[in-house]
Amino acid sequence: MDQKPSKLKVFLDPLCKANPLFVMILGTCPALAVTTSLESAIGMGLLFTFVVFCSNLIISLLRKVIPEEVRTPCYIVVIATFVTVVKLLSSTFLPELYSSLGVFVSLLVVNCIVLGRAEAFASQNTVVDSMLDGLGNGLGYTWAIAAIALVREVLGTGTLTFGKVFTFIPKFTLPILSGYSGSDFSMAIPLFKSSAGGFLVLGIALAIIAAVNNEKERKAKEKARAEKAAAAAAAKGGNN
Amino acid sequence: MEYVISFILAIISYMVIDNVILARYFGICSFIGVGNKIKSSIGMGLAVFFVTMMAALVCWPLYNFILVPAGMEYMETIVFILVIASLVQMVGFFIKKKSMSLYKTLGIYLPLITTNCAVLGVAESNMAFDFGRSMANALGTSLGFVLVIFIFACIRVKLEGSNLPKAFKGVPIALIVAGLMAIVFMGLGGMINLGTWGLI
Repeated sequence: MDQKPSKLKVFLDPLCKANPLFVMILGTCPALAVTTSLESAIGMGLLFTFVVFCSNLIISLLRKVIPEEVRTPCYIVVIATFVTVVKLLSSTFLPELYSSLGVFVSLLVVNCIVLGRAEAFASQNTVVDSMLDGLGNGLGYTWAIAAIALVREVLGTGTLTFGKVFTFIPKFTLPILSGYSGSDFSMAIPLFKSSAGGFLVLGIALAIIAAVNNEKERKAKEKARAEKAAAAAAAKGGNN
Repeated sequence: MEYVISFILAIISYMVIDNVILARYFGICSFIGVGNKIKSSIGMGLAVFFVTMMAALVCWPLYNFILVPAGMEYMETIVFILVIASLVQMVGFFIKKKSMSLYKTLGIYLPLITTNCAVLGVAESNMAFDFGRSMANALGTSLGFVLVIFIFACIRVKLEGSNLPKAFKGVPIALIVAGLMAIVFMGLGGMINLGTWGLI
């Protein structure tokens, strides 16, 4: 039973089955703070992926060197180094992204997922596995916050705007719940742009996931019961 | 006199209007994690209060008198997180030595505080302020944290006995409650305009 998980499983698990945000419910602070626009959520996710990938790589390289008692401060220093790297890079090359994320780039240091992966995975596994795990967690978190941001931006502003944060693509706006530019028509609900909307969207998303899981569990149980009944009936038939 | 009034107003503003959890999204992990028992929520709140104040007291002079003259502003995140981690450790030792009963109530939350965004968030946002304003920020933010985590725990205790849809049990309903609390706190917006007191 205790066999090592395959490389593919290490990478794919955090994308859906063990998604850091939707299943583990970690890293909720940035998931609510930067999800008012789809673009800044994707940017945050990519910065996060870089940090978790690099810190997993370094920590798994150092896993035999770091003493057990002071491991947390060591991990934090490694993570803080990469957060500083990300901060300097993004403020130079993507200043719009940096200013839209604000203090939450620095707060990647205290993101529970980064430290959690260092503690739970990178400190016990090989370098390649840790890199894959970091990449999987980063991308899993990216799509999760992008999904929340999609709902919040469409409901909150009625439009989807591109090119505001990633200035290298041309700026354009997709009207979804509102009329084309110039018309007053809009079905947007500004509440979803505020903090309250963030809590509500994440809460409802988690409830939907829980409902799907409950349904799956119920079906599996029913199936097991039916199989048991069929087996019992077969055994009874055999006796007769 | 005016300075005192503006100091107090700034504290109230950071505490209820620009609340740390409901408007600025700091510290939601610990808010969701420990917020289902009244006693432990008070313990967590007080521990965060103490560490935030200490961290703000240490980090502001450290940044303005050492990092800025040395031209090493980019080291802020690493320095601040090390200060916070060692402060948490020191507070742990101190409480353990002085009062064992307090350590037993607070002790389990201490390691969690290092990874609480509120502490680092306050230290980082204080860099733009003068010393008085940064103290008001730290005090107001940590009082706001204690206030909201306490109210939230009281609501969640009631929720435990209520008849919820199965899918909403646990964290989802907690987030919905937090959203409703945020709407309530939004109603206080604009009560104090810090600009008129020369604070922005």
